[in-house]
Amino acid sequence: MPPNLAAALYGILALLVLGTLIIGLKKWLRPGPGDRELWLRMRSWWVMAGLFILAIAVDRTLSIVFFALVSFLALKEYFSIIPTRRADRRVLFWAYLAIPVQYFWVHDAWFGMFIIFIPVYLFLFIPLKMVIVGETQGFLKAAGTIHWGLMATVFSLSHAAFLLALPDAGNPAAGSAGLLLFLVFLTQFNDVMQFVWGKLAGRRKVIPKVSPGKTVAGFVGGVATTTFVAWLAAPYLTPLTGWEPVAAGLVIGVGGFVGDVTISALKRDLGIKDSGSLIPGHGGILDRVDSLTYTAPLFFHFVYYLHY
Amino acid sequence: MRWIQAVFFLLVVRPFLAVVLGVNLRHAERLPQTGPAILAANHNSHLDTLLLMSLYPLAQLHRLRPVAAADYFLKNRVVAWFALNVMHILPLARRPKPGEPPLAHIEAALNAGDILILFPEGSRGEPEKRSELKTGIAHLMEHAPAVPVVPIYLHGLGKALPRGDWLPIPFFADGFVGEALTWQGTRVATMQALEARFRQLEDEGRFDAWQ
Repeated sequence: MPPNLAAALYGILALLVLGTLIIGLKKWLRPGPGDRELWLRMRSWWVMAGLFILAIAVDRTLSIVFFALVSFLALKEYFSIIPTRRADRRVLFWAYLAIPVQYFWVHDAWFGMFIIFIPVYLFLFIPLKMVIVGETQGFLKAAGTIHWGLMATVFSLSHAAFLLALPDAGNPAAGSAGLLLFLVFLTQFNDVMQFVWGKLAGRRKVIPKVSPGKTVAGFVGGVATTTFVAWLAAPYLTPLTGWEPVAAGLVIGVGGFVGDVTISALKRDLGIKDSGSLIPGHGGILDRVDSLTYTAPLFFHFVYYLHY
Repeated sequence: MRWIQAVFFLLVVRPFLAVVLGVNLRHAERLPQTGPAILAANHNSHLDTLLLMSLYPLAQLHRLRPVAAADYFLKNRVVAWFALNVMHILPLARRPKPGEPPLAHIEAALNAGDILILFPEGSRGEPEKRSELKTGIAHLMEHAPAVPVVPIYLHGLGKALPRGDWLPIPFFADGFVGEALTWQGTRVATMQALEARFRQLEDEGRFDAWQ
């Protein structure tokens, strides 16, 4: 493993320890009603970051399997919360089957197929399956929602995994895994920073109709912090130079925000307001990867265009 | 045969429910920890029984007895072997012969401290649609008036594996455990109380109809 990558993984572990200590200290010194939720959040960070670090540390194949599993859980949650038609049960089976196939292209590093498989072939194939079933009532809505889910949870997220298929030689600083770590860490860090800035200084709401919790200060502060950290970390983990780290930070900061509020809008449309286990049919995975559905393809194509 | 059941649940049922489906259970603390007790759930899928049984630790598994239609589950030898030895069912004659007390062995299981799994709707019916509760459960409760009946509303498994289909499709499943109730003095009152519990749990879920 490249030394920079190992150092970054240890850095993330250190951040988790620090976060746990801060929350523990807060609970001890100034107990409040929000403590339990903070604690639960921290616990899921440990689980997710732990699995992610393990996958990256072991090998490329395991990391790709990890992302395939994340796609599966996200798609399952999506199909469970949207209204689906009884007639489309078998169609959904084919949609699920797209996950192993798409991640096989990733593992195979076959870029041409990876980039068209879902937008072209599945876009054509899913309606064909639906026509064979023959139910026309609600056809357009079903075809649209099924494909939207595939694009968001499988196609978009698989871009993160495809960073691992890029040649290591393109990123002498930390190899292809360095790029993946940079993307995933900054996306999650941006989520946390938007939350923290919003709590500390947030007053004016950005889009009250979609997500009443989002404030101007949270958005601006989050994007600024993310961009700053991107500028700091880029030389160690990416081949980005000059103005590029700043642009990458902006892409991840703004993209992460848009991904977040897009899933918020979807849940609001379905009448699901808050996340958490109180919501029927809700496992909470979509909430965690919502930002990544935007940042993964945006960051991938940014790096791919400039350096590969 | 207890070990076959335990191995089957450990290696097949639990991984399947955890990965392919994913179960979201509300009010788990209302599940009875010891028998005798009756878990009464709405019925959408063969997966219902597997889900309810997997809510208990492996060591308790042999205490769970799904009450299942004899005419369906004992009609061929392979299915019958599986139903009796792995699922550990209590066969119930849906049309009992005159003179035979149809509930005797079920009452015996309750007396032995088992936890019964019962589907008062009688069959799986249309997926994700509750049908009318049959009064069989009230007869049983009349004979065992002190035994708590815990209503459980299940949703999602009818989408994952409805009647008449063999291919399971991944969906999250939801379970809502209700508060226990016992015999209410008359069959009508008991059925009304049970129906009210189910309606309450169903409202808690706020699920749209599946069309």
